[in-house]
Amino acid sequence: MLEIKNLHVGVPGTSILKGINLELQAGELHVIMGPNGSGKSTLAQVLAGRDTYQVSAGEVRYKGQDLLSMSPELRAREGVFLSFQYPVVIPGVNNTFFLQAALNAKRKHQGDEELDAVDFLALVKKRMRQVELDEKFLSRPVNEGFSGGEKKRNEILQMLTLEPDLAILDETDSGLDIDALKIVAAGINRFRSPERAILLITHYQRILNYLEPDRVHVLMDGRFVMSGGMELARELEEKGYGWLQAPTSNGAPAPAA
Amino acid sequence: MTTTSAAVHSYRAEFERLDEALFRHQPEEIRSLRLKAMESFQALGWPHKRMEDWRHTSLTALAATEFSAPPASGTVDPDLLAWTSPADQPRAVIAAGRYAAEWSSLGHLPEGVEVHSLAAALADFPLQVLPYLGQQARFDAQALVALNTALFRDGILVRVAPGVVARQTIHLLYVTPPEAAQAATYPRTLVLAGESSEVTIVEHYVGTAAGPTFTNAVTEIVADAGALVDHLRLVREPSDTYHLSTVQTVQAADSRLGLHAFIFGGGLVRNEVNATLNGAGAEVVMNGLYLAKGRQHVDNHTRIDHVAPNCSSMENYKGILDGRAHGVFNGRIVVHSGAQKTSAAQVNKNLMLSDRALINTNPQLEIYADDVKCTHGSTVGQVDEDAMFYFLSRGIDRKLARMLLIQGFADEIIAGVKDEAFRSQLQGLATQWLSTANRAS
Repeated sequence: MLEIKNLHVGVPGTSILKGINLELQAGELHVIMGPNGSGKSTLAQVLAGRDTYQVSAGEVRYKGQDLLSMSPELRAREGVFLSFQYPVVIPGVNNTFFLQAALNAKRKHQGDEELDAVDFLALVKKRMRQVELDEKFLSRPVNEGFSGGEKKRNEILQMLTLEPDLAILDETDSGLDIDALKIVAAGINRFRSPERAILLITHYQRILNYLEPDRVHVLMDGRFVMSGGMELARELEEKGYGWLQAPTSNGAPAPAA
Repeated sequence: MTTTSAAVHSYRAEFERLDEALFRHQPEEIRSLRLKAMESFQALGWPHKRMEDWRHTSLTALAATEFSAPPASGTVDPDLLAWTSPADQPRAVIAAGRYAAEWSSLGHLPEGVEVHSLAAALADFPLQVLPYLGQQARFDAQALVALNTALFRDGILVRVAPGVVARQTIHLLYVTPPEAAQAATYPRTLVLAGESSEVTIVEHYVGTAAGPTFTNAVTEIVADAGALVDHLRLVREPSDTYHLSTVQTVQAADSRLGLHAFIFGGGLVRNEVNATLNGAGAEVVMNGLYLAKGRQHVDNHTRIDHVAPNCSSMENYKGILDGRAHGVFNGRIVVHSGAQKTSAAQVNKNLMLSDRALINTNPQLEIYADDVKCTHGSTVGQVDEDAMFYFLSRGIDRKLARMLLIQGFADEIIAGVKDEAFRSQLQGLATQWLSTANRAS
């Protein structure tokens, strides 16, 4: 599904990602953990096509295609979805209209018939119940007047409605109380299927109690320093990131303590 | 003699001509008001760029232009009439500055709601009009108010009796008809809202004449205690038009006023809105949306005087500027020494679609009371890149995203209009404007 090879990314004057390698198969859920500033969100944004970052080396293949040469809107229509760490408030643009336009852009691209307002509304209402989001949010402007937790559930609603093949979830669990966290986790589990892959970026081990990740990677200073299973996430929760050392200057991962 | 003083002189000559033919036959009180106003205009002269309030707007070309006297009547496009007001809502048409009964439709007015030709009202019951007319807008201090006060031929008087709720929106359509090519008109509007009355009024200015034309409009609104008035002003004049207007309101205790300005057209527009909060507990909402492209110049000057305590004002002006358009926002809020517990909030946001467009934004807060809450903020920017990326990441293309973002920016102001039919008309006009403005990228 997704193959990242030796990816180097930065902004002018600063390098952020310093050689990322990752292979994510259909059906898998991989977790990326790491301290603040390690480059987690940069990776998510680059995969979605944010042009404020510059890729200086490496390549990313998505379903065999060169992902980095695709425009962000094409990536979305081809099935890449990013759940934003900070969902954007868009005054004056109706939430339902926004999601319908997004779904129809994808359907049109795939050669499917566009959904009319009636069919779309029936679909989105069903999805809203799944993330326990009140129908009043349909008539609001995108993310306007949403609490932090409601914004994150709105992202999951968009994911469930757009049905991407690759979902990148950037700290979708941060700032959620335990009830909202369970709803979001249930949404992710509902979304999981043998055809889909999920890349979950998080700061905390908490949400992993409700999910079954296949692999956990630790990102520090722009490089993966360790990969493992669920037990690695538990260890990080217990000990923090301090016991892991940042990679050496030649780029080789430091040995674990 | 300089151009400007020559221009003042020619307006005096026009005044003498009208005085001979018309004004000297009107009640003496009105004629003396006109004389005082004409003298004030001559003393003040045309505003110029060395004056603080006119720093960004030059009237030199206007002062140098010779305008003709408007015809006694004119033709109004039936489509425009149909567009202006739904069939069941009252409509008064002022063509070339004169009330046009044949285009008006005032059969549906409920008891206690009156809409008159101002000239007819001054002839029939001057003593009920004169205590208000010319008493709110400052002809002694503002040259354009003085010019209108001296030269207005007609206009509209809206009167709502105490306790009466006018459920239907009253539409006032001011047309510069084709017959009024190169004409100057001075429409005058007076709104008297009685105690605890409620009324919504639309003032809609449309030009259909060959330019340049000059519209110099003055509206005075008097809201008695507890009155609720929504005033919606839409300017859709062609790009070779000078449209200079002043709205002056005076509010008694616990009255609530909504003053909404939609400036969607005009070559040189000066939109001046002044609200005076004279009674405790009064509230004013002052909203504006200005859309300008080409070489349009739109100057918004607002002033809110907090005179009484416990009043609130909420002001939100937004502009979208394209091409080489020049926008001005100057928002002055004066909190007088007796106006304790004042709450005043002012926002001005501008969206620049072109790097050749220009905006001057300037908040002016003068606070002479100590227990007040005043905030202000202004922004100038392009389409938000974070929001754009959010759209793109959902598969929505750049062109539609840009359109929706600009529309969304405008919609915040349009959404404040309670009249549903008029609100959707404004949305249609804004969309139409954007489809021609937003061709880039």
